[in-house]
Amino acid sequence: MSRRQFWLWRLISVGAALAALLGANVLIISLRSTGWLDDYTYRVIMLCGINILLAVSLNLINGITGQFSIGHAGFQGVGAYTSAAFTVFVVSPWMRERGLQGTPTGDSALLIAGIIAGAVCASLAGLFVGIPSLRLRGDYLAIATLGFGEIIRVTILNIEQVGGARGFYGIPLLTTFFWLYLAVIVLLALSRNLLVSTQGLAFLAVRDDEIAAEAVGVYSTRIKVIAFVTGACFAGIAGALYAHFDGYLNPDNFRLDQSIIILTMVVLGGQGSITGSVLSAVLLTAVLEWLRFLPTITVGGRAFSPSELRMVFFSLMLILLMLWRQTGLLGRREFGWHVVRQYWRLLRT
Amino acid sequence: MVRICAKSVLWLSVVTGIVFALGGCKPASRPGASNSSGDIPVGVYLSFTGSTATFGESTFKGIQLATEEINAQGGINGRKIALHKEDDRSDAQEARSAVTKLIQRDGVVAVLGEVASSRSLAAAPICQENKIPMISPSSTNPQVTQVGDYIFRVCFIDPFQGAVMAKFAAETLKVKRVAVLTDVKNDYSVGLAKYFKETFTKLGGQIVAEKSYSEGDPDFRAQLTAIKAANPEAIFVPGYYSEVGTIARQARELGIRVPFLGGDGWDSPKLVEGAGNALEGSYFSNHYSHESTDPAVQRFVAKFKQRFNGEVPDALAALGYDAANILFDAIRRAGSTDPTKIRDALAQTKDFPGVTGRITIDADRNAVKPAVILQIRGKEFKYVQTIQP
Amino acid sequence: MEVYLQQLINGVQYGSIYALIAVGYTMVYGVLRLINFAHGDIYMLGAFVAYYVVTGLALHQHPSVGNFLFVLIVSMAVCALAGVLIERLAYRPIRNAPRLTALITAIGVSLLLENGGIVVFGADPKYIPTVLQSSVAPRGGLYISEGQVIMLAASVLFMLILRFIVMSTRFGRAVRAISYDIDAARLMGIDVDRAITLTFALGSALAGAAGMMVATFTSVKITPLFGLLPGVKAFVAAVLGGIGNIPGAVLGGILMGIIEAFVGGSALTTYRDAIAFMILIIVLLLRPGGILGKAVVEKV
Repeated sequence: MSRRQFWLWRLISVGAALAALLGANVLIISLRSTGWLDDYTYRVIMLCGINILLAVSLNLINGITGQFSIGHAGFQGVGAYTSAAFTVFVVSPWMRERGLQGTPTGDSALLIAGIIAGAVCASLAGLFVGIPSLRLRGDYLAIATLGFGEIIRVTILNIEQVGGARGFYGIPLLTTFFWLYLAVIVLLALSRNLLVSTQGLAFLAVRDDEIAAEAVGVYSTRIKVIAFVTGACFAGIAGALYAHFDGYLNPDNFRLDQSIIILTMVVLGGQGSITGSVLSAVLLTAVLEWLRFLPTITVGGRAFSPSELRMVFFSLMLILLMLWRQTGLLGRREFGWHVVRQYWRLLRT
Repeated sequence: MVRICAKSVLWLSVVTGIVFALGGCKPASRPGASNSSGDIPVGVYLSFTGSTATFGESTFKGIQLATEEINAQGGINGRKIALHKEDDRSDAQEARSAVTKLIQRDGVVAVLGEVASSRSLAAAPICQENKIPMISPSSTNPQVTQVGDYIFRVCFIDPFQGAVMAKFAAETLKVKRVAVLTDVKNDYSVGLAKYFKETFTKLGGQIVAEKSYSEGDPDFRAQLTAIKAANPEAIFVPGYYSEVGTIARQARELGIRVPFLGGDGWDSPKLVEGAGNALEGSYFSNHYSHESTDPAVQRFVAKFKQRFNGEVPDALAALGYDAANILFDAIRRAGSTDPTKIRDALAQTKDFPGVTGRITIDADRNAVKPAVILQIRGKEFKYVQTIQP
Repeated sequence: MEVYLQQLINGVQYGSIYALIAVGYTMVYGVLRLINFAHGDIYMLGAFVAYYVVTGLALHQHPSVGNFLFVLIVSMAVCALAGVLIERLAYRPIRNAPRLTALITAIGVSLLLENGGIVVFGADPKYIPTVLQSSVAPRGGLYISEGQVIMLAASVLFMLILRFIVMSTRFGRAVRAISYDIDAARLMGIDVDRAITLTFALGSALAGAAGMMVATFTSVKITPLFGLLPGVKAFVAAVLGGIGNIPGAVLGGILMGIIEAFVGGSALTTYRDAIAFMILIIVLLLRPGGILGKAVVEKV
């Protein structure tokens, strides 16, 4: 492929992605205004997007670079709280003075400012945790990230300006389908390009055999820190988008449970498979909501709604996956046009 | 290679199939709001799992009892109440999802919940936006009902209850030096402590030590040792009964002899189970007294015991019971299941004979009712005095 | 001065509980290189077993040393059994899988015990009525309850027994050999499976004893999430002392207890839960091997 062809294809694919996003945006808006799409379904669609961001960004750390973080919700929390504080206490007053608030441009600018603040702070937090612990083995990293998540939670509890235990409310609702899924597309493009580039090989090498990678000249600590900071950055973006979607934050949103839910998404989809993470994020979000519609079941004389048992399902699924299908749904494979093409060829022969 | 891909495509089609099947959950045409026959759908969102699961369960028992009673009497205007309950896993994000689902899919005409102010604050804007009245049984933070004119509560607010205890301590007990021990994870505890401190210092008292713990801690000796060194005349512990008993017992083991003071979070038969004799002589503010000769209270306690295997109701169950009954009363007075009419009727609630006192809803949609001070004597809660708002 | 001494006593006493739990973490880590997340939930199980034994047999009506020992032994036995079962069903099938697989399984088992516990035991708090009459005796201005003395004494006794087992029995030699090199140990004819099973049984029994004693003597509420935070903190204690090192776990546990007691009593009281993890990150920065451990470079 010549250089020109390469850029032409790149341009076409970026254009196609944007067109698809805009099309979906128009579709969602018109469906909502005609009442075909109620708030509940819309909420599930939006939560899917946020979970895709979280799962894929964790996959960058866990699946692609072979590290192990169970404090991802901590980074989400940093992003959510800093971006919300930034828009509420800094940007909003500034815009109000100038009469920019409430206009679509003003809202978008406010959201983007919030996202940048969240992303920067979450990346810094990633750097802060990553540098000491990434020199160590995987399980030390796991416990360090877990501890980090707790530190974040306790710190937020102690900051009265953002509500402490009561929670932070009154955050402007700015996140729209368009901005959320734009972030999803950017993250997917970035991860995919990383995987097929020579740079990406270094990440995979660190995952597959750190010592061998070091021996051939890969500076593994640097690679690990890059993966960690990028993952934290996108978790921060997910947090920022979540903060401006729900308008309310509570330190409890970002405890260990949440980290483990994100981890389950990555494991279920297949550690190292980006499309796998996307699929399982959508699947798990939808299934968890779907459990609300099932009739109650009785265990030992007490009635339980299936949605009350969801953490039991989650834990069982984690164990069974590890015992019988450690690779998750997709393993390290990706689902893309090449699969469709191959499948089509298979059908013709 | 091709075979592997074919296999993954198979997996994918299974997965997408499930997703599409789920997507097929059609939005129910909101039944209750428009129909004028059939059951009246009422939504309940509480924490049935997670760290505060026990509060959700207690509250739901109260709501359940009230609903079963009204349905046994033939319902409201000939229509029965159908409860739709959702678990929010003690999590604010889940609370929003649960309430959105209740309103959009179950078409509920009103929502009951949450215990924790944090989760009520998270979900209230959704009820407000959809113009569905929400009654919180026990969220005491003043901000909850400030979300909008569709948000009500049947409990005290923190400033009132904090002031009640502070006044009691300063004027009746005549203590000057008080230590405060708060549950830092719990907004109820933090809020109550804040208003107690405000009033108590205004009345000339002194807060000699402020320490905190978090729900689930097994050991409080470190904080108590520091409190003991400050030499207080009473210790204010505005937490939940689940920890207070343990705290008191460990305090006695450290040689702390002063009385403890607390709020309605103490009201549970489990309190003395955890405390043993350690809380003898301590005081807490509450909505009502079990000893009350008020027939409504006696009837409630008896019925509750009968329904739930001899269990004595705690404050959360009583508040859940009252929240449900105030809602049913409003639906009856509104003569309609239109959420806006129910809201209007709720706002006019006056002198409702609840278990937790005669409840009047004020202009800020808060419950106005007197508080009682109880003392623990012989492992029982003895009535001391009533404090009017 | 008295206050500091009192805090020191509080810290050492509670630290001994951390130490009991941390020993289980460190032993399992030593032989399997696995962070057994479910260990904290075994501690929870110990408390629940004690609760059901005491209330089921109405033992609190006749408090005596014999009853106390009976409950203690039953708790330890049930927890040992649970630990062995978990190892058999969840960890053994994936022993040769990558370490992260095992870690994810461990997290899954822990979640299952906590959330399954809510289904089986219910979420309402439970309290154990006193089995042993616990009276308070001030000693020179310091207050130490009988319960605290018993907990401390029992912890020390358990540690001594453990030390004897690890240093002077065939099983102990096998465990030490496995933690040095599992493959070489197998080649030397050591029954690795049996030794690992015994390690789990021993560690779980200690955690069960800790859970039983805390629930009995501090009259704390027991819920299915009882073991979550103590478990994680005990693991941090094990890392602090040097993971894989039994005296290190004891030292780390007691240090952790003392630090928490002083922080809890200070002006930083609201940050108490975070302190354990701050220590962890500082330890990882300055001395990754822990206080008594040595940093190990991964070999090819």
